[in-house]
Amino acid sequence: MTDYTPAELMITSSARALAGERVVFVGVGLPNIACNLARHTVAPDLELVYESGVYGARPARLPLSIGDPTLVSGATLVCPMPDLFMYYLQGGRIEVAFLGAAQIDRFGNINSTVIGSGADLVERYQQPKVRLPGSGGACEIAIHAHKVFVIMRLRKRAFVEALDFCTSAGHLDGRRGARVRLGMAGAGPQLIVTDKAIFRFAQDTGEMYLATVHPGVTVEEVQEEVSWPLQVAQDLTVTPPPTPEELRLIRKELDPGGAYTK
Amino acid sequence: MKLATMHDAIAEYVHDGATVAIEGFTAFICFAAAHEIIRQGRRDLTLCRMTPDLIYDQMIAAGCARKMVFSYLGNPGVGSLHCVRRAVEKQIPHRLEIEEYSHFGMVGRYIAGAARLPFYPLRSYLGADQPKVNPRIRFVASPYDDGQVAVVPPLNPDVAILHAQRADAEGNTQIWGLMGVQKEVAFAAGHVIIVVEEVVDEATIRSDPNRTVIPGLLVDAVVHEPYGAHPSYAQGYYDRDNQFYLEWDRISRDEAATTAWLDEWVDGVPDRAGYLAKWEAQEPGFKERLTPGTAVSQPVNYGIYG
Repeated sequence: MTDYTPAELMITSSARALAGERVVFVGVGLPNIACNLARHTVAPDLELVYESGVYGARPARLPLSIGDPTLVSGATLVCPMPDLFMYYLQGGRIEVAFLGAAQIDRFGNINSTVIGSGADLVERYQQPKVRLPGSGGACEIAIHAHKVFVIMRLRKRAFVEALDFCTSAGHLDGRRGARVRLGMAGAGPQLIVTDKAIFRFAQDTGEMYLATVHPGVTVEEVQEEVSWPLQVAQDLTVTPPPTPEELRLIRKELDPGGAYTK
Repeated sequence: MKLATMHDAIAEYVHDGATVAIEGFTAFICFAAAHEIIRQGRRDLTLCRMTPDLIYDQMIAAGCARKMVFSYLGNPGVGSLHCVRRAVEKQIPHRLEIEEYSHFGMVGRYIAGAARLPFYPLRSYLGADQPKVNPRIRFVASPYDDGQVAVVPPLNPDVAILHAQRADAEGNTQIWGLMGVQKEVAFAAGHVIIVVEEVVDEATIRSDPNRTVIPGLLVDAVVHEPYGAHPSYAQGYYDRDNQFYLEWDRISRDEAATTAWLDEWVDGVPDRAGYLAKWEAQEPGFKERLTPGTAVSQPVNYGIYG
């Protein structure tokens, strides 16, 4: 099988990044499929944690939401949400978490609160052009997960110079040690998986750089969708495509209906 | 006597201007109570939930709310809450005041409320903008010289309405599945209405005390309302009606369609039993569609001592 969708490549790239991880905070959609694919391939000991209060979920069907009843039946443990946030997340037990973003800046700071065009933050918040969902657990997940992975589409209106609102902190202003100085326990965003390319973050500048381009995509095409001058890895490579076995798992077992992979 | 009809429980405990929490994280969301509140024409409510879900989308469209306290404004798994967005973006049907936290912040507010604390400390909001638009999120210095920590104030709703699988007539309530913050909200609220799929005898509750989440001590009214959470769900009883969550996305994009739906399905039925009969007429066998398979737990022996 040499044909695959951009979504399938995003799933396999994310799944491979979970190699050797034990505890992952899962969202629905592509992260959910990626985590389940990882359990079948590179991370067989992976425990799925959902912010709704489930540890060790084994969903029998693809969950539509993070509170789907399929997450409860057959899970290892179900707990009240205070336990989840206090002991699992703030307690430092979450190794990797997936976040989404409506806007992201070069340091991996994320906006999922408002799109607005006022000069003033309060004005943008109170009179938004678009009211987005807001934090949910994202604000604290961004602080406490040991590593954050982001899955999102590469679009110029999403990869912005300046966020309209900062919902979840990434590498802040990029200065070395900025997160530590603020008392943030987790290391922040490590990986951005998009439909055209994969980005990682430079240790010394906290800035996103282009790590791999997907097959058939040029650096210029990627730069066109990023609002700032993009840093590019010296050793830029092509994103490895999905293997036939990964595609079989996705198409036959994890998302046979193609709800997320088309 | 605590057993009451939904009509009487709402009439007695939910007043105009009240702060109301109908919690349940995706599960156990008491839509039956919300619909009765809409039918009784309540106004100026402050609605509290972590995720407003369709329940507050409907109550806001119906004009019940003055204010909303929340942490996530989406239709879980589907997309936007269009009625809440219309209220925030365009003041339709009228201006809606919002007070926004994160999930951990809301959890903390209920814990502080339940435990009668002046605030709840949490390591959140670092490097983020929520405190700039919500002055109730503050930072304090740790008295043990550990740096700064964010704090949120207590939240004590006037009334909490909580759905569960079963309770006895005294309101001793058992829940299995996603617990959310049901317990914390019950302890934080001034009045508690419990709504259950089944009212069971005291002996059933006492056979499994670890499963009892809310003591009758806190409960003012117990309402027996099968399928009271539909389109949300009760673990083991019925599934989430994902089809309807998707359908609501379509309906709620349009103001006129939203009003028509509320007129037909909320104001146009006398109660939840009427809603269910109407649903069955429209979709025969809908309960079968939502009925899960059976997965009972392994029983445990508490022992007889004495």
